[in-house]
Amino acid sequence: MAPVATPFFFYLLSGIMLIGGILVITRKNPVHSALALIVTLLAQASIYLMLYAPFVAGVQIILYAGGIMVLFLFVIMLVSIDRSVKERQFNSQWIVGMIAATALGGLFIAVFMKGKNIFPEHALPVIENDNTQNVATMLYGQYMFAFEIASLLLLVAIIGAVVMAKKRI
Amino acid sequence: MGQIIQYIQSYRHSDLTPGAAGNMFWALVYIMLVFVGLSVAVIAMNWLERKILAHMQVRLGPMRVGPHGLLQPIADAIKLLLKEDIMPAEADALIFWVAPFVVVLAAFTVFVVVPFGPTHAITDMNIGILFMLGVSSLSVLGIVMAGWASNSHYPLIGALRSSAQMVSYEVAMGLAVVSAILMTSLNADGTGTLSMIGIVQAQQAQHEWFIFKFFPLGLLAFFIFAVAMVAETNRAPFDLAEAESELTAGFHTEYSGFRWSLFFLAEYSAMIAVSSIAVTLWLGGWLRPFPNLLSNSTWDLVFSLFPGITFLFFAAICFYNAARMPKHPLFRIQTVGLAGFGAVLGLIGLILFIPAVSIRVQDIFWFAAKVAGFMYMYIWYRGTFPRYRFDQLMHMGWKVLLPMGLGVLVLTASVALLQEKLWHP
Repeated sequence: MAPVATPFFFYLLSGIMLIGGILVITRKNPVHSALALIVTLLAQASIYLMLYAPFVAGVQIILYAGGIMVLFLFVIMLVSIDRSVKERQFNSQWIVGMIAATALGGLFIAVFMKGKNIFPEHALPVIENDNTQNVATMLYGQYMFAFEIASLLLLVAIIGAVVMAKKRI
Repeated sequence: MGQIIQYIQSYRHSDLTPGAAGNMFWALVYIMLVFVGLSVAVIAMNWLERKILAHMQVRLGPMRVGPHGLLQPIADAIKLLLKEDIMPAEADALIFWVAPFVVVLAAFTVFVVVPFGPTHAITDMNIGILFMLGVSSLSVLGIVMAGWASNSHYPLIGALRSSAQMVSYEVAMGLAVVSAILMTSLNADGTGTLSMIGIVQAQQAQHEWFIFKFFPLGLLAFFIFAVAMVAETNRAPFDLAEAESELTAGFHTEYSGFRWSLFFLAEYSAMIAVSSIAVTLWLGGWLRPFPNLLSNSTWDLVFSLFPGITFLFFAAICFYNAARMPKHPLFRIQTVGLAGFGAVLGLIGLILFIPAVSIRVQDIFWFAAKVAGFMYMYIWYRGTFPRYRFDQLMHMGWKVLLPMGLGVLVLTASVALLQEKLWHP
């Protein structure tokens, strides 16, 4: 079978991701930002597919489609779009932002230059067709405790939201 | 040139789907076939829905265009294409333009993994069912985009209703699907599968459709899915997103012409898509009835006759109605047309009797027949149930289906574990 993960697709998808990401922070209309965000996340899901992690890609699509839906509803219900479009976009912490971005960029460049020593190259340890099964054995075997704690955290968040939203319980 | 022919021929006698075998040519052919088949199915559904609903309400339905209104969908399509494409002045232009395409793309993309037969699918993915659920949940994004971009009240309310409905029913739907996937892991090495083809093969290996597995657990999971899938596709009695009496036409009120027809196309192909999920998960996909019990060559022959007999039956209906046409000269064209249509159907039926053909298409036939059953049910629901109120809809989703789904999931897991412990220590 011919490899799907050609460099062309990688650059295409990362280009889409970058453009989407830039649109998310530059659009004045929050609905447009939300749509740009989902474009970014879908491109990211495709990159997961290229990395032979179909399960992660599928979950990414399902979760973020639902997540963006809720974001959409928040925007429609809570944000006054007419006003927010006219409003000047504020960014009063650009010095901190610059420093953080430079540090992150420096880190990426360093990993790119010296990456071969940090992450040794080797063949893919698992084949694509076992991806889902491997994720399952990892989550419910080796990392069972961490997984359960994470789900407990989510449960607390859900109960908290219900308690805060409901007047009479 | 020779290389290309060799490439095309290299797929023959393969027991993989073209996508899994990596053969681009045949994958493209399959994509075209699925696309054409879906379009024909949507056209047929358009006519059937109006006709069946009409007969349920003791009306005649479309009768004017063509014999028994058979050409009505084509007339509708021409009308829609010639209509003016209107955009409201205050609408958000880009999103308004893109929304119908998002919906159509989501509705058609899921058919990449639908298994019409062991090799008759565009591709077989390791995450098949997950892919289907994920991509079909993207279509509601298009609905919300359409509702918001129209910049008008009714579409916005319709879109909000639709998104709330989808978010609620997806939970119950997911639980039902998980309990079916759990059943695929009841084999010797204990690993299940998410692949659509793998799920059907698991049912074949276990000699049981999952709807009958662990009775009544499989049936309950199927019931949850069957209710949730109607809500997911915004069809009656859960069609609150486009409730005509309250919201004129819901999220697509402001759309006209070609764009509206895209929403229509997407709605029907999404119905076919979720029906094929249900068929794959619980009704044995492409398997014919009793593939293991009645498995000798005589029964194989008997069941391989079904596709041809079905088409001959349709042809017979056409001929019967052609004979019943009024004997007035004005009806001559219609009579001839109906008889001609019957002749075409009969010819297809006769072709399907050729053993070489019938062996290759019978899995597609059984899959399509099961999906067609679901499509009839959709129409039947619409003719039977009154529309739910929104609070009733939420009550149904969160307080009935969700606990039921959780219970079924836990019970299925326990029964599976018990079975493993007791019978296969």
